Amino acid sequence: MSATGIGVSVKRKEDIRFITGKGHYVDDINRPGQAYAFFVRSPHAHATIDKIDASAALKSPGVVAVFTGADAVADKIGAHIPGWTVHSKDGSPMKVGSFPALAHGKALYVGDPVAVVIADTYAQAKDGAEKMVVDYGVLPAVIDTASAAKSGQPQIHEYAPSNTVFNWHVGDKASTDAAFAKAAHVTTLDLINNRTIPNAIEPRAALGEYDSGTDVQTLYTTSQNPHVARVVLSAFQGVAPENKLRVIAPDVGGGFGSKIFIYNEETVCIWAAKKIDRPVKWTAERTESFLADAHGRDHVSHAELALDSNGKILAMRVHTVANLGAYPSTFWASVPTYLYGILLSGQYDIAAIYCEVDGVYTNTVSVDAVRGAGRPEATYLVERIVEKAAREMGRDPADFRRQNFVKSFPHQTPVILAYDVGDYPKALDKALELADYKGVGARKAASAAKGKLRGVGFSAYIEACGLAPSQAAGSLGAGVGLWESAEVRVNMVGTVEVLTGCHSHGQGHETTYAQLVCSRLGIPIENVSIVHGDTDKVQMGMGTYGSRSGAVGMSAISKALDKIEAKAKKVAGHVLEASDQDIEFKDGKFTVKGTDKSIDFVSIALNAYTAHKFNGQELEPGLKETAFWDPPNFTFPAGVHICELEVDPQTGVVTIDRWTAVDDFGKLINPMIVEGQIHGGVAHGIGQALMEAAHYDADGQLLTASYMDYCMPRADDLPSFKVDTIETPCPSNPLGIKGCGEAGAIASPPAVINAITDALGHEDVAMPATPQVVWRAAQKAVAKRAAE
Amino acid sequence: MAHVSMAVNGRPASADLDPRTLLVQFLRENLRLTGTHVGCDTSQCGACVVHVDGRAIKSCTVLAASCEGAEVTTIEGLAVGGRLHPMQQAFQDNHGLQCGFCTPGMIMAAVDLVSREGSHLDEAAIRHGLEGNICRCTGYHNIVKAVAQGAREMGAAATPRAAE
Repeated sequence: MSATGIGVSVKRKEDIRFITGKGHYVDDINRPGQAYAFFVRSPHAHATIDKIDASAALKSPGVVAVFTGADAVADKIGAHIPGWTVHSKDGSPMKVGSFPALAHGKALYVGDPVAVVIADTYAQAKDGAEKMVVDYGVLPAVIDTASAAKSGQPQIHEYAPSNTVFNWHVGDKASTDAAFAKAAHVTTLDLINNRTIPNAIEPRAALGEYDSGTDVQTLYTTSQNPHVARVVLSAFQGVAPENKLRVIAPDVGGGFGSKIFIYNEETVCIWAAKKIDRPVKWTAERTESFLADAHGRDHVSHAELALDSNGKILAMRVHTVANLGAYPSTFWASVPTYLYGILLSGQYDIAAIYCEVDGVYTNTVSVDAVRGAGRPEATYLVERIVEKAAREMGRDPADFRRQNFVKSFPHQTPVILAYDVGDYPKALDKALELADYKGVGARKAASAAKGKLRGVGFSAYIEACGLAPSQAAGSLGAGVGLWESAEVRVNMVGTVEVLTGCHSHGQGHETTYAQLVCSRLGIPIENVSIVHGDTDKVQMGMGTYGSRSGAVGMSAISKALDKIEAKAKKVAGHVLEASDQDIEFKDGKFTVKGTDKSIDFVSIALNAYTAHKFNGQELEPGLKETAFWDPPNFTFPAGVHICELEVDPQTGVVTIDRWTAVDDFGKLINPMIVEGQIHGGVAHGIGQALMEAAHYDADGQLLTASYMDYCMPRADDLPSFKVDTIETPCPSNPLGIKGCGEAGAIASPPAVINAITDALGHEDVAMPATPQVVWRAAQKAVAKRAAE
Repeated sequence: MAHVSMAVNGRPASADLDPRTLLVQFLRENLRLTGTHVGCDTSQCGACVVHVDGRAIKSCTVLAASCEGAEVTTIEGLAVGGRLHPMQQAFQDNHGLQCGFCTPGMIMAAVDLVSREGSHLDEAAIRHGLEGNICRCTGYHNIVKAVAQGAREMGAAATPRAAE
């Protein structure tokens, strides 16, 4: 193992520019003659847009132009085509429509952009927007998830009766019902997966530019997937053909899913830039991020678990209502279906599962993928009900889980997925040891002596990531293939550029991808550069989300490196005057088998380009290869997280005392970066469990639209984490890696809530378990105990 | 227009500004010092922290005009002569950053914390001291480790400010 190869905690190459303030984020970029956009947004959740009077705004100092939905309609700009089509159980496709890039005729949520004011300075654009007069006809709004489809609710879209996008199902109802009929015990649970707001610290931003000489439009944008943005802007939003459209996603300050999607504001900036023939820039203020970034979660579920008298899980039945907001969005319908329902087997061997999901429209911003996307919702449900079942059966929650774990692989679940490999008992045992589970009793007693209530909560999660085999994704409704591409460009002097269709917005690809190249080619890590985020440079790509950049993105690089090696061996054969079949490549050296004749990689690179030692008609000069990798299966990271916390029954304040995570991500490329991903994911999940919630009032006003109202986890809300791994190499990619970006956020919420309910004598609490929520539950628990 | 002049990273800087110009706008747009970021515009997230006359402030809620005559240090002014400040180095050593967006503010706040509280900071003191800076990526675990290392190394220097 080299000092910078696979498996080493190499310090990140990209850090230097970030710690010295030399990063290049979209808002750091200015273009000559640039104007600024400010969006006029609907203050109503549901309203007709009766009249827009821009005359005063247009007279405001510095204002260059105002565009409204009518202009977008006239120019045929914008159409929210979702990237995934889900079918209802009756076989009908989901109910979706098409919308211009600025609301026209009707506004459908608070924050819906209805017009854009463009001016010489940002302050002037904002001043101009103050002078816009919009007449709204306020309509009754649909906000509440659980009742959105009930009769008597206003209908948001004429093509979607009962505000229903789809009634989807998965699994076999008859066998599930039969298993419930013979169950010795049935555990039931109603739960809400609270709506959250992604909150990348860099707000979304866009800078559109038009070159009238070449007719090329360029969009600098905060995107996790610039090529996907380009195809959507081109084929669906009508901005420009792909060959006349360049999308650049430079340094991006966190995504967490929210920067996958193609939003109206970005579309408007590039469209408007051509209309006024000046660059147009927009950067979201934080309140705009709260209002208009796609939100996450927002499920209302009823779950049942059937058990035999020995505690063996026989079957699971789930009904979920998923709020999808007002408009279709990129992944949208796939999140509460194919990223949720098919994960409901968890780590458990369950013979029968049946799940129904009703996707509903409401007058709120779209709900789409946020870190984990569907899998946190599945894990929360499974791990809450399994914990509850264990308690009802009088069983230790760890033993109960162990009894029901899948223990042989491959394992076909009743909900589509087939798990390839894993060792769930091993992760559990390691976690129990690291968490000193044996000492819990003594620690609980010590807490009780201080008037505190201590609880321990488990979460044994599984996720499916490395999205995804294109054919399988297509058969489930995906509108795109989910391969990844890579180009490895060896320069004449042996330095290497890797062009990847994935995008790094915190994941550290400039380091991990270089580690792979370094391991394979035996060259110094500083001789490797990673290029991403520019559709003019990188051949094609599907971007970064769903923990796919390792399992899929690096596999594409690995495949391209295979081709590089094969070609380089041919060159080496000519240089060393041997058959390429007799050339071995190791540690950066090509050697003729069984001899001491060898040549280094740098010399071969030069020879490949000088083409002096071989016939250029028989062997092409150059050393540059491209590969597309289509994953043969999902990958299945899994692990056990244990949360131990103290509740102060006097105040309801929860203090997390220790967090133990044992995860199986297969082979690790850079353990330091993997640990960092776990820390961040767990913190995100603790945020959801204890403090974060998007609150709309009954009229659809977002009450949590600033950091004063939306509680983000801060340094003093969190503990340090104990993080370890086990390793079962993934069999479906050449590197054996599974993916780690979302695991923490998937695992952690149920561990927290299970720990709180353990502390409170099984009294139920909902997320977010704020001090008020916990205090109320604690009072109930104390009263119950007194009554007993 | 208001005429404003101050010293930024040791260099004189002046401009005629719209009086409502914020310090962060002056730094980013006039001086093109784009390492100072805006994450929330309400002084909650701390991405915009810079030092004004030796004290950390949130530059998104300070008027440039109110910094007349001040000495301002931004993230770009922290490394001296191409040598990273110990706090910058500590963030890289401990993987205290991921997307890098909150990082400049986090580092500036951490340097200020050590300057105010000294270099012997326990975990609780560091976590409390960073309460005004939000990071979504790291879960703070490695930031806390980084600040502990940075504090130790600042303490090892003759005076904390000498390192700056």
